[in-house]
Amino acid sequence: MINPLRSEAEAYRFLLLTVGYFAAIAIAALVIGTWAGVIVFLVLTVAAAVYVARAHRTEPPRQTVTSRRGSEHERRILVIANETVGGERLRDEIRRRSEGYEEQVLVVTPALNSPLRHWASDEDGARVEAQKRLNASLDRLRALGIAAKGEVGDGEPLQAMEDALRLFGADEIIISTHPEGRSHWLEKNVVESARERFAVPITHVVVDLEAEREDVQEPTSETR
Amino acid sequence: MSAHAEAHHGPPIANQSSRVDSATLGMLLFIASEIMLFGSFFTIYFFVRVVNNAPEWPPEPFHLPVFVAGVNTIILVTSSFTIHWALQSIKRGNRAGLQAGLVLTIALGLTFLLTQAREYSRIGFAPHDGAFGSTFYGLTGLHGAHVFVGLTILTFAAIRAFRGHFTSEEHRGVEIAGIYWHFVDVMWIVVYTTVYIL
Repeated sequence: MINPLRSEAEAYRFLLLTVGYFAAIAIAALVIGTWAGVIVFLVLTVAAAVYVARAHRTEPPRQTVTSRRGSEHERRILVIANETVGGERLRDEIRRRSEGYEEQVLVVTPALNSPLRHWASDEDGARVEAQKRLNASLDRLRALGIAAKGEVGDGEPLQAMEDALRLFGADEIIISTHPEGRSHWLEKNVVESARERFAVPITHVVVDLEAEREDVQEPTSETR
Repeated sequence: MSAHAEAHHGPPIANQSSRVDSATLGMLLFIASEIMLFGSFFTIYFFVRVVNNAPEWPPEPFHLPVFVAGVNTIILVTSSFTIHWALQSIKRGNRAGLQAGLVLTIALGLTFLLTQAREYSRIGFAPHDGAFGSTFYGLTGLHGAHVFVGLTILTFAAIRAFRGHFTSEEHRGVEIAGIYWHFVDVMWIVVYTTVYIL
C-alpha cells in the first residue's frame, strides 16, 4: 500500500491543496450561492478521486545497496521463493552463482494471504504456513549442501525483497517461480517489477517441481 | 532475521516493513485515529445542522466572529510555512533557520490559541446554550486541544534544536512534529470553512 503522506514535505503539499480546495468551495458558496458551492465541492472531489485513482507514484528504482558485510570472498544471495525453493534448478543456480565464493544464502518466503485476511490484519495463519514451507525448503537446501538461513517475509513479494535487502545486503537476488501458466508471480510481473525497483542483479529461475518429482521421484515435495 | 534452526516461542515475530519509517508510520496511524475522532464531531455538527433546518446558519441568536477567526486561520496557515521552512533549513544544515522556524511556529501557534481564548470570552454564548453551542465548543475546543499538543511537541523539538540536536541527516523529531502540525492546520481549515463560512 502506498502511503500518500510519508514525509513533512508531502503533508505540507497536502495542506496547500486543502487550502485551495476549501477556498474554492467557500468562495463559490459565498459569491454565487450554496448550490454553486456544492457543485464546486462535487467537481473538486471527483477530480481528486480520479487523480488519486490514476496517479502512479513514479519512484526511481530503490537503491538497495547496503553496507558490504563479510569478507571479499563472500557472495550474499537473496532467494525469494514461495514453494519452489527446493528445486534442483535453483540449487544449481545458487551453486553456479557462488562458485569461488563463500556463499551466504538467505531464503525469504512471503507470507501469502487472501486479500480479505490481509485487510483484516489476520496474517498469523499465513505466516505459520509460510514458516512451514520455509522450514521444508531450508531442509532441502541443507540436504543439497547449501547452508541457508531463512525468514518469512511480507505477503507482497516486492516488499518482502525490499525488507530483506535492507537487512541482508545481498549481492544479487534469485527469484524462483513456477513455470509460466502456473505462477501467480509471473502473471503479476513480479520479476520485471523487481528489476525496475532494485539496483541489484536479479536472476529468474523457473522451477518445475512436478517435472523434478517425476525425474527423481521425490515423494516428500510439497505442493500448494 | 530468524534462522531456521532457532526455536521461537510465543506469537509470530512482527514483520517490519521498510517502506515507511516506523516512527513516521506511528504518527500517521495516530493521525488516522484523530481523523476518525474529528469525523465523529463533524457528524454531530452536521446532524445538528440538518435537524435544525434553520433558514440561516448559525441560528439566531448565535453570531460567530468570522473575521477574527479568518485572521486566526491565516496565522495558523502561516505557522505551517514556518515549520516547513524550519525543516528545510535543517535539511540544508542551517541550524539558525531551524531554530528561528521553530520559535516562529510556536509563537504563531500561541497567538492562535490566545486569540481563540479571547474569542471564547467574547462570543456571547456558552457550551450549554443549546446544541449549536455544544457542537461549536466541542469542535473548536477539540481542535484547540490539538493545537496545544502540537505546541508541546514543537516546544520539545525547539529545546532539542537549541541544545544542538538534529542534523541534515537526522531530523526525525522535527519531521514528525511537522506532519502533526500540518494535520492540525488541515483540520482547522475544515473546521473554519464548515463552521464559520458555510
